[in-house]
Amino acid sequence: MAYSDKVLDHYENPRNVGSLDKADTHVGTGMVGAPACGDVMKLQIRVNDDGVIEDAKFKTYGCGSAIASSSLVTEWLKGKSLDQAMTIKNSDIAEELALPPVKIHCSVLAEDAIKAAIADLKQKQAA
Amino acid sequence: MAAYFDHNATTPLDPRVLQAMLPYMQQATNASSRHSFGRHARQAVESAREQVALAVGAHPTQVLFTSGGTEADNLAIQGLAAALKPSPALNQIVVSAVEHPAVMKTAQMLRRQGWQLRVAAVDANGLLDMDDFRIALQTPTALISVMLANNETGVIQDVATLAGLAKSQKIPFHTDAVQCLGKMALDFASLNAGGVQAMSLSAHKIGGPQGMGALVFDKRLDIRPLQYGGGQEKGLRGGSENVAAIVGFGAACELLGLDKQGSANTGSDSAENINELRVTLEAGIHALGGVIFGEHGPRLNNTSFFAFPEVDGETLVMALDRANFAVASGSACSSDSTDPSPVLLAMGVDAKLAQGAVRVSLGKGNSMQEVLEFLQVLQGQLVRMKQFMAMAA
Amino acid sequence: MTVKTPIYLDYSATTPVDKRVAEVMIPYLTEMYGNPASRSHSFGWEADDAVENAREQVAALVNCDPKEIVWTSGATESDNLAIKGAANFYSGKGKHIITVQTEHKAVMDPFRELERQGFEATYLEPETNGLVTLEKFKAAIRPDTILASVMLVNNEIGVIQDISGIGAICREHGIIFHVDAAQATGKVEIDLEKLPVDLMSFSAHKTYGPKGIGALYVRRKPRVRLEAQMHGGGHERGMRSGTLATHQIVGMGEAFRIAKEEMELENARIRRLRDRLLAGLKDIEEVYVNGDLKQRVPHNLNISFNYVEGESLIMAVKDIAVSSGSACTSASLEPSYVLRALGRSDELAHSSIRFSIGRYTTEEEIDYTIALMKSKITKLRELSPLWEMYKEGIDISKVEWAAH
Repeated sequence: MAYSDKVLDHYENPRNVGSLDKADTHVGTGMVGAPACGDVMKLQIRVNDDGVIEDAKFKTYGCGSAIASSSLVTEWLKGKSLDQAMTIKNSDIAEELALPPVKIHCSVLAEDAIKAAIADLKQKQAA
Repeated sequence: MAAYFDHNATTPLDPRVLQAMLPYMQQATNASSRHSFGRHARQAVESAREQVALAVGAHPTQVLFTSGGTEADNLAIQGLAAALKPSPALNQIVVSAVEHPAVMKTAQMLRRQGWQLRVAAVDANGLLDMDDFRIALQTPTALISVMLANNETGVIQDVATLAGLAKSQKIPFHTDAVQCLGKMALDFASLNAGGVQAMSLSAHKIGGPQGMGALVFDKRLDIRPLQYGGGQEKGLRGGSENVAAIVGFGAACELLGLDKQGSANTGSDSAENINELRVTLEAGIHALGGVIFGEHGPRLNNTSFFAFPEVDGETLVMALDRANFAVASGSACSSDSTDPSPVLLAMGVDAKLAQGAVRVSLGKGNSMQEVLEFLQVLQGQLVRMKQFMAMAA
Repeated sequence: MTVKTPIYLDYSATTPVDKRVAEVMIPYLTEMYGNPASRSHSFGWEADDAVENAREQVAALVNCDPKEIVWTSGATESDNLAIKGAANFYSGKGKHIITVQTEHKAVMDPFRELERQGFEATYLEPETNGLVTLEKFKAAIRPDTILASVMLVNNEIGVIQDISGIGAICREHGIIFHVDAAQATGKVEIDLEKLPVDLMSFSAHKTYGPKGIGALYVRRKPRVRLEAQMHGGGHERGMRSGTLATHQIVGMGEAFRIAKEEMELENARIRRLRDRLLAGLKDIEEVYVNGDLKQRVPHNLNISFNYVEGESLIMAVKDIAVSSGSACTSASLEPSYVLRALGRSDELAHSSIRFSIGRYTTEEEIDYTIALMKSKITKLRELSPLWEMYKEGIDISKVEWAAH
């Protein structure tokens, strides 16, 4: 499988690897995928009081494209409002990373992870 | 002097093909592996696929590598038949009477699975009898296989017209073009437009390695695999790719194009040259009282299949071998048997004359001097053999 | 350390051609290029002699009569010819066929095709060590069983099946017994005089010979019959038509000759390397060796690295050429069906690596590999949410994962 330079770059030097405090009400955690499918993405965002994402972290169990997809979205998410974050589409990720057709599901997973993290945050903040 | 006059059986490997193959002969290169060794092999396979496609006017995705012409023929015929299954409404398969055993025996095997086999007749020139072919197609037909050029006589069938008839009835049409590559223009795109949907090729007939061939086919055809396991060649042909041989086939195909261009400039090794050799050869054979089979049909210009009345072919071939001329008695594939060539019998040649048939197939590297010497040796042998027979009589 | 990368540790996918093999092949490409079926001139005879000499060399390695060797284009074709050919020939006697869930695709796929044709197949589940017990095999036999196929050495986990025991049961029940030995030649002793085996598939390119050539052993006493799968000029006594590729056959013969001569010393050396690799890797946390370690060829080590995904692992270790699962299925993203048959979880199947060691592997390469694996596993686990959960004491098998 030939990977694009961008995938390789994110894979070799993943950005924003790590974890945020799950219990923090300013932190939303999205965990998507399943080990049996070969991909699990954990994406966390921390918003400030204005609802702007000021930090994003990830950990991914998955192939190079999955790692690159999640690494890329952590970069994109920082500085965005939640509404803006919701507009990130898997096709944007796939295009940016030049993912081959068999790897499109990695970008779908990354989009799902964003949505799951935001949903988690909203649920927490509503509570 | 020794001369190799059996190019329709196999050709010497072109040294440039060997150079292309050598790196892949020693490396560990499983084209299905995902590491760098495997990817390198994969690229080599795909670029060879492009070379083969280019040589025959096909798209690379239409080229499926096999272990040779025989497998390509089997895959086309068995693979098409397996996708259809015989039914009372549609159970006929049509092949010509002069097919290579790889087609004929496969078709005969299908008869045991419930298919009706219709063998279309040829005329005295070895050309398909159009009337008989039309009559054959009055019965609903599942598939047709007619070779493009015959391995023994070199006679070229009017495949365009035959395929046109098949096309009007939407019948899948396969042609064995093993003997044609490098000897005549071959353009799958135009053949395909005219109704030919699958075509068999072989590498070792064009200076490539033995054990390699291809089926070129229209992707709309429903072909079932012959060999299962591993999913290679888009699931149609399981088994680790024979990378070195594939690379060799690709290189040999590319050389066909290069050599054609080169010969236009220098005049050496050219098709015209082989043409001249055969004209001289056949003039000599006529002068010695020989009969040339299929002489009046369109023929590959390298092939001459002939016999001398009252002369035993086997003995003649042995004598020629002792004089270091490698020729064939009938097709190499059936050389084990001493039966007269079924191709000649189908052309209505008398069995006794057919038994004496000798095939000369010229190729790259043959010279006028070789042909002239061959005629001299031939003359000497004929005189000797006739003396023996006179004594025996 | 001066190690040239990438390091090749994928000898079970294919081996480089031994230089000695390449050397004997080349004259048959350049000078002695005849078609061995040509009976009318010396080019043909000389090619035919070479083919017969190679047949003797192959027969010598596995101790059978050269007349029992049929050339094919590779082990996949041998498996297809043996399985479809025997099943079709003996279909009048019964419709039931037996194999094992861990067989190579070249056996599994013909079995599936036979099922489509109306045969009934049993796919035996091996024990967790990858081996099939004789009891289980015996229990699968039905009165209408006609054919069984069990591989000698598994391509993914290297375990050696009890062919002798299974073969004896087949004899007792009049079942044709096929063995895929593609991974076995030069690695384990094969004596077909003693082994109750009817059909055996061989490959050249797993034993330092060329690709595109293989052979099928077809027993003569008692005689085993096959329906040919490829028809034509009647080569190989009608069992397999098609021009014989002389240079490839000569290459296979030489490769098998070398294997016979050198396997004892070579296997001892390779075993030392494998044990060194295992010793270096087994200290990493959460690693699992797949397949029995004792009933196994010395060339193979298959290990799962828990909480690390297989494909990213392959990417991480691109300085070494290894396989995750078998090379033939690498195009698909399915976890290895062999490991799943052993009862491994999907996660562990996904994170498995097959190291296969061979003739040209050095100690330095093994040491480099150990160091590389240790550092990359650490890096990937830092990235892995599963590793984090494991370290937090969460039982991952109990987590409910949302499907996607």
